[in-house]
Amino acid sequence: MTLSVEKDPILRKPEPEPSEALFEGRKPIYPQSVSGRFRNIKWGLLIGGLLLYYFLPFLRWDRGPGQPGQAVLIDLSNGRFFFFGVEIWPQEVYYITGLLILASFSLFLMNALAGRVWCGYLCPQTVWTDLFLLIERWTQGERRERLIKAGQPWTMQTLVEAILKHALWLMIAWWTGGAWVLYFADAPTLVKQLATFQAPMEAYVWIGILTFTTYTLAGFAREQVCLYMCPWPRIQAALTDEWALNVTYRVDRGEPRGSLKKAQALREAGEPAGDCVDCNQCVVVCPTGVDIRNGLDMGCIQCGLCIDACDNVMSRVGRPTGLIGYDTDNNVDRRAQGLPAEPPKIFRARTIVYMALIAGVAAIMGFSLATRNTLGVDVMHDRNPIYVALSDGSLRNGYTIRALNKLGAARDFKLTLDGLPKGQIEVLGQKSSDGVDIHVEADQTLEMRVMITTPPDAAPPTSTPIKLVLTDAKTGEKAARADFFKGP
Amino acid sequence: MVDHTHQDIDAATGTPTTGHEWDGIKELNTPLPRWWLWLFYACIVWAFGYWVLYPAIPLPGGHTKGMLNWASRDAVQKDVDNLKAIRAPFVGKIEQASLQQISADPKLAEFARAYGRSAFGNNCAACHGSGGQGNAGYPNLAGDRWLWGGSLDQIAATITHGVRAGDAEGHDPTASAGMPAWSQMGLNTQQIDQVADYVESLIKPTNADVSAGQKIFTENCVACHGEDAKGNLDLGAPNLMSKSKWLYGSDRATVVQTIANGRAGQMPAWGAKLDQATIKSLTIYVHSLGGGQ
Repeated sequence: MTLSVEKDPILRKPEPEPSEALFEGRKPIYPQSVSGRFRNIKWGLLIGGLLLYYFLPFLRWDRGPGQPGQAVLIDLSNGRFFFFGVEIWPQEVYYITGLLILASFSLFLMNALAGRVWCGYLCPQTVWTDLFLLIERWTQGERRERLIKAGQPWTMQTLVEAILKHALWLMIAWWTGGAWVLYFADAPTLVKQLATFQAPMEAYVWIGILTFTTYTLAGFAREQVCLYMCPWPRIQAALTDEWALNVTYRVDRGEPRGSLKKAQALREAGEPAGDCVDCNQCVVVCPTGVDIRNGLDMGCIQCGLCIDACDNVMSRVGRPTGLIGYDTDNNVDRRAQGLPAEPPKIFRARTIVYMALIAGVAAIMGFSLATRNTLGVDVMHDRNPIYVALSDGSLRNGYTIRALNKLGAARDFKLTLDGLPKGQIEVLGQKSSDGVDIHVEADQTLEMRVMITTPPDAAPPTSTPIKLVLTDAKTGEKAARADFFKGP
Repeated sequence: MVDHTHQDIDAATGTPTTGHEWDGIKELNTPLPRWWLWLFYACIVWAFGYWVLYPAIPLPGGHTKGMLNWASRDAVQKDVDNLKAIRAPFVGKIEQASLQQISADPKLAEFARAYGRSAFGNNCAACHGSGGQGNAGYPNLAGDRWLWGGSLDQIAATITHGVRAGDAEGHDPTASAGMPAWSQMGLNTQQIDQVADYVESLIKPTNADVSAGQKIFTENCVACHGEDAKGNLDLGAPNLMSKSKWLYGSDRATVVQTIANGRAGQMPAWGAKLDQATIKSLTIYVHSLGGGQ
């Protein structure tokens, strides 16, 4: 960890004077547009990510008659989660846990390799803020114009521009909330209902909530979400190391900074001069208002826009690009000592452990998904009475059983008894020592009363462990549940 | 007393004091925060609105109703109606279908059992136990010994009309056909002991001579309990050949007491109190407890 007090502008800040206010007001940020390699990657990810988010609910997936035809659907009222060929029931919520574990380890791995790239490229806060900034620029003009307009009284033109901006923002925010609710119901039907004002109240309420959050977070809160609300910057500082790629200003090349003319004069005089022309472009394009030349900053979301801005300037002034670039702290130290830079180490203990954990969790999840039961049986022993002695001296225990059919087709099962050789199993008039037949409709459960009886001559001990086994009559797939047969 | 004429200013803070002094310590009269005061006043204004709109003031002859005419009972009633509306399709089907049809439809039977279970808890569990396990004098509904029959129709009839409940269609409505008190009917203590010996020997074979008791049994008891002592469902006469625990207990003292003093258990007629859907559901539930007959 090379983050030191000297380098970190947050830690380096002097104590506030006692007369100052306790809290610093927000300094408005007017990011300037920039073009370049990283900006293009960001546009690509923004378009791809938003298309995925807005249109995924419309993707169809055939699951047979009577089953939802939506590829990704969270059916809350029926307690089902559909994801392409996978159908998750509420009791299988551990798959969600697995997904969250995978997500967090992927985040850790990304962080070990290239810092907060997630923040800079794919975090919804960044993506929507980018989109909102695009609209702000389109309606109110480039940074310079916005700055000038902000300092002036309203005119007809600025008023129209502002109204247009907020209207567009609200439309996007509304669409964001609208897309969200489509994941919870059949999308084409819900769109029709929404358009004809016949959708359920919940849909409108949720669209309203998400419209509000999108509008405020992407339109107004912006970098403050990253600086004050998001825990990731704090966690990230504890997870990074000297091999992680971070957006870095090359102090050794850039300093002493100065104007182009001054630098030329210095060079002609044979004195050292840095490449940084102090044009401030890296600061004005930054969406969080960071000056990367001060070193690694908690506000830096690693989006690389300052790299694009600096590269553009460097090419224009005829100096080599890469004054700001993704680099490791290790190289920062080496350069400070006058040593040559080293390529980043991708495989090191930290990343290997993360990769192994990701592979392990993914393998466990994949295996359990591939071999998961499409049927299930739950058993509840009667509590009152625990057992019944019958007229002829035989013993009977009552159970409430729930058979689960997780497939999209009706199935026939056989319920059999294990562990009680003379026991007879009975359900709704069917009595047999080799199992009873049960029919469960597609994607349903069925609760039944089941009775197990032992003949008078085979009185079992107080408690005998038994197993109730549900078998698919066709495929032979089995699910079992252990319970007890109780006696006096 | 507060001295209003001479306002005392505390030197250290510059705040007026209340004039109260204890051992030289003075109480500062710090004004309430402005925001707090405004909230307080707003609450007072709010309270007036509340008095007008909602039930508020208790008066002789009932409280004021308020302009909104709101009552917590209405809110409950709304929830209850809502619940009824949700259940209506199932309840309607249960009303229409016969007991056999309900029992044969697994999904409908599942609902009926749940519906019946809650009705059972409310109405039946006090005597029959929470799981129908029964109690001395109150039959175990999870077993296979049925006094008045364990088929669906028989259970429904018993629930609707009761036992010795005065309902003309019920079992023994005038309570005249219960088990008589044989000590009043000419059997002496020795004879009662003898017949008890015989009854016990039915389920616990013995080498002792029980012929005296058998003779008394044949003369007096077979009319109801049958030649084979297996009872009679029409009369509610229990099966004496049953090895399961008897209604009032199978121990010697209880058997003697039963013979000597008689028995005439009762059950209310629920037909007047519960609706058809509830009785049908109860029947399905009770039938499912022990599998019925």
